[in-house]
Formats: sequence, structure tokens, C-alpha cells
Amino acid sequence: MSVKISHRQVGDVTVVDAAGRITLGEGASVFRDLIRDLAAKGNKKILINLNEVSYIDSSGIGEMVSSFTTVTNHGGQLKLLGLTKRVKDLLQITKLYTVFEVFEDESSAVRSFA
Amino acid sequence: MNIHLGRGFAQKDGPHAEAMAERKMLLDSTLDSVEVAETEVLGAAREIGFHEDDLHQLGMAVRESMVNAVVHGNRYNARKKVHLSVTKEIDRLTIVIADEGDGFDPNSVPDPLAEGNLLRQSGRGLLLIRAFVDEFQVLPGQPRGTEVRMVKYLAKAS
Repeated sequence: MSVKISHRQVGDVTVVDAAGRITLGEGASVFRDLIRDLAAKGNKKILINLNEVSYIDSSGIGEMVSSFTTVTNHGGQLKLLGLTKRVKDLLQITKLYTVFEVFEDESSAVRSFA
Repeated sequence: MNIHLGRGFAQKDGPHAEAMAERKMLLDSTLDSVEVAETEVLGAAREIGFHEDDLHQLGMAVRESMVNAVVHGNRYNARKKVHLSVTKEIDRLTIVIADEGDGFDPNSVPDPLAEGNLLRQSGRGLLLIRAFVDEFQVLPGQPRGTEVRMVKYLAKAS
């Protein structure tokens, strides 16, 4: 399964729910397009929920980093929620734990934007 | 069109021939071939007893290597193939992926863990491959291109 992405508002935080595989090709480009669109429309508090993401490759990681940069350059914040062990391992291997703020539960993550 | 060279795994000659079996494939320079290679390798890995976490790591190493071969090596050129070899032994799986591109110096890739490179969009593939297999070599291809050789040991599997 490629990636499925939807988004919803929790207060002034935009929560992006992703599921499936974020890999080179459609998965990564769908993810990139949505985040760029949200940033361009002025969403400055974006929380990516990766709880249902089973697989991310280096291209998917690259898109997450690129999204982080895009949102930051628009004056916003992008944070991560609900990482599986495999995705946590990837962030540790790539040292991206030092870049992303990561949360286990949604309410804490949403409150952190305030 | 992807080509399977021979039917199934061929027994190899040598002192441990009874325990070795190799399968070779010629794959098109397409992203579909990434899936084909991953499926092939994971099938072989399951047969010799790798567990789920190791299968995930092997699959990821193969995907990253195949993407490098298709995208960066062969540049999606329909006239160029990716050569896949999977060798099963009792205690290990050896995977060789070779492209027909212009060659590649792994030292030319900026260190993705350096502070100034953390926000780069690309350049993490080799790092992930190294993390997920026990042995990893990047060699000049013969007669051209790049060949990567990966080994994962069952005994070291978690």
C-alpha cells in the first residue's frame, strides 16, 4: 500500500494523519505536496501523525526533512507524533531526533505548540 | 522486461556447494524493479530463517541499493539493466546489485550525520544500508558501473 494522507484541525494545529509507506515515487510526492500546500495556505502549526506508517525509506525521510524546512521557512513549526519503533530507529540512525520534536500522545503534542 | 536467469536457485560449486544456492536476475531500470528485487531477496531470506525485524532491515537495504542503481546509476535508461544476485547459505544471505552506469565514488557523498548536513534532503541511503547489513562493499562494476555487495548473517540476527 502506498501512503494515505488526510488532515484535520485540532484548535489551531493541523494534524496530518499518514498511513502506509512513504517511499520514493508516489508516497513521497503525495506527502511533499500536502505539506507544501498547507504551509502555503498559512498553516503554521503542523503535527505529522506517523502512527500508521509502516515503512519510510531514505526518500521519505528526505521529504520529512524538506517539509520541516518548508514549514520553518514559512515561520511555522512541524512536529512528529506516534512513531513506530522502526521509524524511531531510522531517526536515531540518521540523527534526525536532534532535528524533530517527537511526541507519543496527541494532546501533549498539540499543547506544545501553544 | 525483467529476466530471471535460470529457474529458481542454482547450486554452486565449491567446498560448501551443498549449502549454497545462487539466483541471478536481470532487472529493468524502473522503480518496479525495486519491488521485484525486494520480493526476491525477502523470499530467500525467509527460507533460511531470518526473522521479521531482520527481514525489514534486509528489505530496506535492498530497496536503497536498487534505487541507487536505477535512479543514480542507470538513470532510468531503458537500455541499461540492473544485475541482481542472491546467494543463500546456511548462515547468511549475500546480495549483489550492479548497475551499468558511469560509476560512483561513495566517498563523494557528504556525511549525512555532519551537523551542517542534517537538513539535506538526500544522501542517507548508504548510511541506512550500512546500518542494516553486516557487510557492505561498493566496488567498481565490471566492465562499468557500480557493484554493491551486502551480506547479512543469520547468526547475528536478533
